[in-house]
Amino acid sequence: MATRDSGGQQHTNRRADEADEVTTEDNDASDLKERHEKLSEDVDSLLDEIDDVLEENAEEFVKGYVQKGGE
Amino acid sequence: MGIETEYGVSVPGQPNTNQMLASSLVVNSYANRTSASGSRARWDFEEESPLRDARGFELPREPAVDPSAPANEDDLGLANVILTNGARLYVDHAHPEFSSPEVTNPRDVVLWDKAGERVMAEAARRALTVPGSKPVNLYKNNTDNKGVSYGCHENYLMARSTPFGEIVRNLTPFFVSRQVVCGAGRVGLGVDSRAAGFQISQRADFFEVEVGLETTLKRPIINTRDEPHADPEKYRRLHVIIGDANMSEVATYLKVGTTSLVLAMIEDGWFSVDLSVDGPVAALRAISHDPSLKHLVTLRDGRKMTGVQLQMEYFEQARKYVENRFGSDVDPQTADILSRWESVLGRLEVDPMSCARELDWVAKLSILEGYRSRDSLDWDSPRLELVDLQYHDVRPDKGLYNRLVARGRFDLVVSEDEVTRAMTEPPEDTRAFFRGRCLARYPQQVAAASWDSVIFDIGRDSLQRVPTLEPLRGTKAHVGELLDRCATATDLVDALAGR
Repeated sequence: MATRDSGGQQHTNRRADEADEVTTEDNDASDLKERHEKLSEDVDSLLDEIDDVLEENAEEFVKGYVQKGGE
Repeated sequence: MGIETEYGVSVPGQPNTNQMLASSLVVNSYANRTSASGSRARWDFEEESPLRDARGFELPREPAVDPSAPANEDDLGLANVILTNGARLYVDHAHPEFSSPEVTNPRDVVLWDKAGERVMAEAARRALTVPGSKPVNLYKNNTDNKGVSYGCHENYLMARSTPFGEIVRNLTPFFVSRQVVCGAGRVGLGVDSRAAGFQISQRADFFEVEVGLETTLKRPIINTRDEPHADPEKYRRLHVIIGDANMSEVATYLKVGTTSLVLAMIEDGWFSVDLSVDGPVAALRAISHDPSLKHLVTLRDGRKMTGVQLQMEYFEQARKYVENRFGSDVDPQTADILSRWESVLGRLEVDPMSCARELDWVAKLSILEGYRSRDSLDWDSPRLELVDLQYHDVRPDKGLYNRLVARGRFDLVVSEDEVTRAMTEPPEDTRAFFRGRCLARYPQQVAAASWDSVIFDIGRDSLQRVPTLEPLRGTKAHVGELLDRCATATDLVDALAGR
């Protein structure tokens, strides 16, 4: 959240002393940055969720997963 | 068509588990509780035999066995039951397997395949209530990463008249490349994961020859098993063993939808181009080992192209074929398959990660890459292998695919309500309807059943066998009213015999 706020802040500051067309470009860049940040926040929270459900002791668990042939 | 999936089975913390026992425990737990009466129809192995010869295994009523105990395999009645949705739930070698009922279209494959996942999850849950049993985990994947693979086989009914050579020629390049759409993703290279890395397909490394009968050794890209479970004069059952087990509904939908289209073109003699690939077995693996999708395979005509481009060639053929044969009369599902196929291939070309809502290997890779960058993990990290495995866990809370769905991160093809219904209800437009409804309506009187027969024990001198050799007979339209009318199996048998 903090990152997104400061992004908005930057944007406002620049608008004060820059030309309009630059502002438009800056808007796009800031949108992109925001989207990117949202995406990585999303991935982070997904990984946190997965951390919580992953079996304990990964090494032992995958080593113990031994199958016989089928088909 | 239909799809049959063997599930990986594991009892955590019990490395010496007898997997046949664990699989039987799971299947029996589901079967015993499903038929309230306690009676269960056996699978009929004898397709053409006189009535009293119908064989099957009698199952122990109470599956209160300790799956970690060593067992004499001969003493073990291998669990094998038919469900009211027309499916077969049984133990194949050392895996619980769900063979879907026969269906007529790709969407229904997705529906009953997903129902199979739910049946497995429920079966494992019920097995937990058996006193003394340890939790059994089930995984809808295809390898243990230690050299063993188990299958997810598709079956397609084809006209017997189609020359097999044409099937081999036109289908092989398609199977070599379709993994870019329906690969399930795998951590580890080589059958026993001797090298670290990620690959697109679970199964690719296990295929050694181009054509053959085997399914467990020297696996062939095209399997020649010829057991139609229907009138052999008219039909062939094309048994496809190369596919990965998919969690993604879109992947399953496209897998069987695009394969059906290619088979329809082959049956129709449509192919005028030869897309044969040099060294298909090596090409299959090379495409799988390159998730950047840049690897070029060489066609016999000298052209070089990526797996995605090869799929694009098939798509173009299919688009022209459907346009030519059906024009604007194309059925909505075929149109939908074509449009999704084109969309996915187009995006795989530009940015594979844009398919993370649709394709298993892409979704799995994106989680793995997240872990790699957050925790600086190398491809040989056991944690990444665990993510790969647990993606396929059928439990709603533990399965990573299921968690992604719960977060709204996957596109779905069918609704959960439909899936729940498909756990008990058969498809209405194939012979599975007759089989499933007979099981539901006359549980005490169905002695055995198989794909092509239902056998009744109505207390007469001999068992009464009703053959179902024609897959498209025995539908709801055909026998629905008759079944409604017959309160008992005796009424039904008499009505069928014209008495």
